[in-house]
Amino acid sequence: MTVAIQLLIGIGAICGVSTVLAIITVIADATIANYGDVKIRINDDKEVVVSGGRPLLGSLMEQKIFIPSACGGRGSCGLCKVKVTSDAGDYLPTELPWISEEEKKQNIRLSCQLKIKKDIAIQIPEELFNVKEYITEVASLRDLTYDIKEATLKLIEPGEIKLRAGQYIQFQVPEYELSKESIYRAYSVASQPSVTDRVELEIRLVPNGICTTYVFNHLKEGERITINGPYGEFFLRESEREIVFIAGGSGMAPIKAILYDMREKGIKRKATYFFGARAVKDLFLVEEMRELESSLEGFTFIPALSEPSESDRWEGETGLITEVLDRHIGTGDDTEAYLCGSPGMIDASVKVLTEKGIPEELIYYDKFA
Amino acid sequence: MSQGIAFYAIFFAAIFTNNILLTNYLGMCSFLAVSREVKTSTGLGMAVVFVMTVTSVLNWLAYRYILLPLDLTYLRYIVFIVIIAAFVQLLEMIIERVSDTLYSALGIFLPLITVNCAILGVSLFMVIRKYTLLQSFFYGLGSGIGWALAIIAMAGIRQKMAKARIPKGLAGAGITLIIAGIMALAFMGFSGMIKIT
Repeated sequence: MTVAIQLLIGIGAICGVSTVLAIITVIADATIANYGDVKIRINDDKEVVVSGGRPLLGSLMEQKIFIPSACGGRGSCGLCKVKVTSDAGDYLPTELPWISEEEKKQNIRLSCQLKIKKDIAIQIPEELFNVKEYITEVASLRDLTYDIKEATLKLIEPGEIKLRAGQYIQFQVPEYELSKESIYRAYSVASQPSVTDRVELEIRLVPNGICTTYVFNHLKEGERITINGPYGEFFLRESEREIVFIAGGSGMAPIKAILYDMREKGIKRKATYFFGARAVKDLFLVEEMRELESSLEGFTFIPALSEPSESDRWEGETGLITEVLDRHIGTGDDTEAYLCGSPGMIDASVKVLTEKGIPEELIYYDKFA
Repeated sequence: MSQGIAFYAIFFAAIFTNNILLTNYLGMCSFLAVSREVKTSTGLGMAVVFVMTVTSVLNWLAYRYILLPLDLTYLRYIVFIVIIAAFVQLLEMIIERVSDTLYSALGIFLPLITVNCAILGVSLFMVIRKYTLLQSFFYGLGSGIGWALAIIAMAGIRQKMAKARIPKGLAGAGITLIIAGIMALAFMGFSGMIKIT
């Protein structure tokens, strides 16, 4: 009997103490720690409202904006850095081990440690903000050459994509006879950024390639395809330098997007586009490029064939792309180069370009491995 | 009995002769983790001083007026921990609200010491040694200062050590533990000067 009473008193005391403390904490949380709603302004074009007083990382996550982080917000991995453009108070001691002097000048903060108590403005890489999964529908399929197809995917959900000219997306290939599970393959987007309701892809048939075989043999208009993106650092850098574009095969896609984007934005830098192919049957979009020559000031299109056949009656440039480059490009370091194509073509071209004096850091490329 | 010991004796003993970190080896995890820089160690040390002092008083009151009358002293572990945790959380909220500077200097460390065993240790020792409220207050304050002193000294050594060539296998926690041991030896030189139990 006394044991039972002892037990009851014990339980009562613990419950009593805990309840009192819990009540105090709850009241404090609702009053002292209540900062109301705060606004997060992202990249100057989007605003989200979250409840204040909590770390930036978690608040962004709630809004489906995912800053890469490995430790889950304990301040031990130092990955979740975010640039803050409004006043957010001084650095906390828990941030300092991860922030370099250079980053301090730019006001880069560790988002898992920075608690937002008032409105804040931040800058995050566009791609973080933008990478999404899109449900699309195949709007059209068109043969560009005997082995390159243009696929236009109309965006269903979400209905709009925001990307930079030259970036790529990942195309989800559903399971079929060549693959037991769905896989992803990356393709550059050929349509320019002002086209937001669809993406155009240029896909070249690779013998036994899982994705290309699917696109050539199975894909039909009206079919639903899932893509995600955009990704990639292959886009036109801002400068006044002369530009050299080099592409082969479906490497046309990102260059085409960049060229149309330049025309829309009125960028009139001197630009030369070398397009390498074997014979006339491998050339495509030539008329579009010729049209660009007249509508985009400073632009020249130079297709080059390595093995033109007799019947081609080819009067343009012949030879390997490297030979053509060597003939046309003068020496000097005031040029930027953008390359897209097979690794072999890129490596050979980069060699020629550096010999001509173009600094390696001004040569940008997307390799199709 | 401890009734007779003057509060200032307990205060100094807690700092030097019976330093909670170096003689009891309590509160080691944050001692090892946050002793890289003097500046951050000072912040953590101050947080520990404050929390230890206040929680020893709060826990003394809870012990004297709740646990003893109800004959529930065996529940002291649970009750002490809950009180410490609630106090630390409340303190963090208040500091964060009141001052960004104070939060940056002190508040940020509070979650680290919620479960610091040195703080619970102080509350338990004061009960075992049957200290009065005044004695408990100074015991908490002294232990906190002693802990802060140890971690700041360690941070000073580690800052110098950052430039030293330490054998690879000993770098980091290894050499820190060895240094802590040597520091403890040095503090042992004070032992026996003041009797506090």
